[in-house]
Amino acid sequence: MIETDQLTRCYGNLTAVDALSMRVEPGQVLGLLGPNGAGKSTAMRMIAGFLVPTSGTARVCGYDVMREPLLAKRALGYLPEGAPSYGELTVREFLQFIVRMRGLKPDVGYRRFDEVVHRLQLEEVLGLCIDTLSKGLRRRVGLAQAILHDPPVLMLDEPTDGLDPNQKHAVRQLIDMMARERTILISTHLLEEVHALCNRVVIIARGKLQADATPAELEQRSRYHGAVSFSAPGSGMSQEMLGRLPQVAAIEVDPLDGRITVFPKPGERILDAVEQLLRQQGLEVSEIQLERGRLDEVFRQITTHADVQRSMATGESA
Amino acid sequence: MSPQGAVMRRELRSYFVTPVAYVFLVIFLVLAGILTFYAGDFYERGQADLQPFFVMHPWLYLILVPALTMRMWAEETKGGTLELLLTLPVTLWQAMLGKFLAAWLFIGLALVLTFPIWITVNYLGSPDNGVILAGYLGSWLMAGTFIAIGACLSALTRSQVVAFILTALVCVLLLLAGQPQVLDFFSGALPRKLINGVAHLSMLRHFEAISRGVLDVRDLLYFLLSTIGWLLAGVLLLDLKRTR
Repeated sequence: MIETDQLTRCYGNLTAVDALSMRVEPGQVLGLLGPNGAGKSTAMRMIAGFLVPTSGTARVCGYDVMREPLLAKRALGYLPEGAPSYGELTVREFLQFIVRMRGLKPDVGYRRFDEVVHRLQLEEVLGLCIDTLSKGLRRRVGLAQAILHDPPVLMLDEPTDGLDPNQKHAVRQLIDMMARERTILISTHLLEEVHALCNRVVIIARGKLQADATPAELEQRSRYHGAVSFSAPGSGMSQEMLGRLPQVAAIEVDPLDGRITVFPKPGERILDAVEQLLRQQGLEVSEIQLERGRLDEVFRQITTHADVQRSMATGESA
Repeated sequence: MSPQGAVMRRELRSYFVTPVAYVFLVIFLVLAGILTFYAGDFYERGQADLQPFFVMHPWLYLILVPALTMRMWAEETKGGTLELLLTLPVTLWQAMLGKFLAAWLFIGLALVLTFPIWITVNYLGSPDNGVILAGYLGSWLMAGTFIAIGACLSALTRSQVVAFILTALVCVLLLLAGQPQVLDFFSGALPRKLINGVAHLSMLRHFEAISRGVLDVRDLLYFLLSTIGWLLAGVLLLDLKRTR
């Protein structure tokens, strides 16, 4: 379990994290989302016990990160941003260093070492210097380091940054597999990751918590939620007819591929009506889709809204 | 294994996989030899002891120890591994101690490797080996203080060059604090008691006492306490960094 209570961090005049309170329970994979510079990494560094909060507290498995730092750190597996490691060491030496630092008993240490190396497919590079590895491999070494002691709480700062699609998939599978009884907090600015991994999303912008919901709930906030889109050549006439349907609020046509999106009025379902109309018109519809909502749009809406609020607030004080 | 032991092992490993260790050892041994035999008039003195050898140590350390310690924290800060290290279950003091012990053991190894000089002097005459042992002990203790200063100042900055220069500067000041020229310089401006205090801070004075074979508790305590003091100051600096 991870809890933060009014967690705040200032750098001079800049408030990087502003009274952040949240709680992640076992079994949850929480995605910490935000634009670059929103305070994701700063928040994680405080939870990991690297940075001292300006005010507020954070707890890992109930241990206060400032008062009982060693107990909190033992319960936590942490992948810092950029997966730093000692480049002059080989992968084997580096992981053995972590085993010793974690104080694992030799038998447990060896078993975990083998398990983790196997799981992250590091067998072939064990003897290589970390400096010579590709970015993706280095990231995997960083992940291996984080899960080596089989921690109940896992915190990963941009775990798939810089990986190719296959490696991303492998890392997501790994996180999925570990998710069941653990508390996992990942930070990302990739929205596809949220769909693939998270069962809860916290969006922060300018250090402040802006939204805390499931991915599905966030999608519902999108104006695309419940919209119907289709591609049909020569549908100029039917656009007008669609606009006259009582449930329809607006129609947009993608200028590039001519795909038509029909937006419902609040609370209305329009898929059946649209389909019926298209059939009546005898139009050849190559494909029709009911939109779930677009996370990128919600993300933009929430984070830019924070910017507007911010500039208004500073405008008033000035 | 304790966390400080793990830190120490990793640090030593890093010395030997990068050329740092070999460069240091070769230069230390060559310089120690040259300075002893040529600059120190080892033969011309006609005495069977290692005074000319030990006299050179402070000046060797002045150049070489900052080179050994400059990367200690500066590199971790710059490379981001500091975040990794400090989020592992280790206290700042344990991490500092591990790094210090690695460097101190390494200098111990360098001193052990000067054994041909000891063999030479025993072959040529019959020196007082007790005094020689005291000399080695004093030299090692002094190296510890140098390393602690370097460790502290490396924690101050992310630039290795700055760490090197600051360490060399502080070390040379502490070495020369007791020299008559320095004391004369201050004698007009400072009261006599303070000048005596400055003279007692001199590393050279304490080191020379030990290397003459006079094992005074005060000299030993001087090195031990200043080593611990500088290490603690380094820990405070690191802790300060986390709040800044």
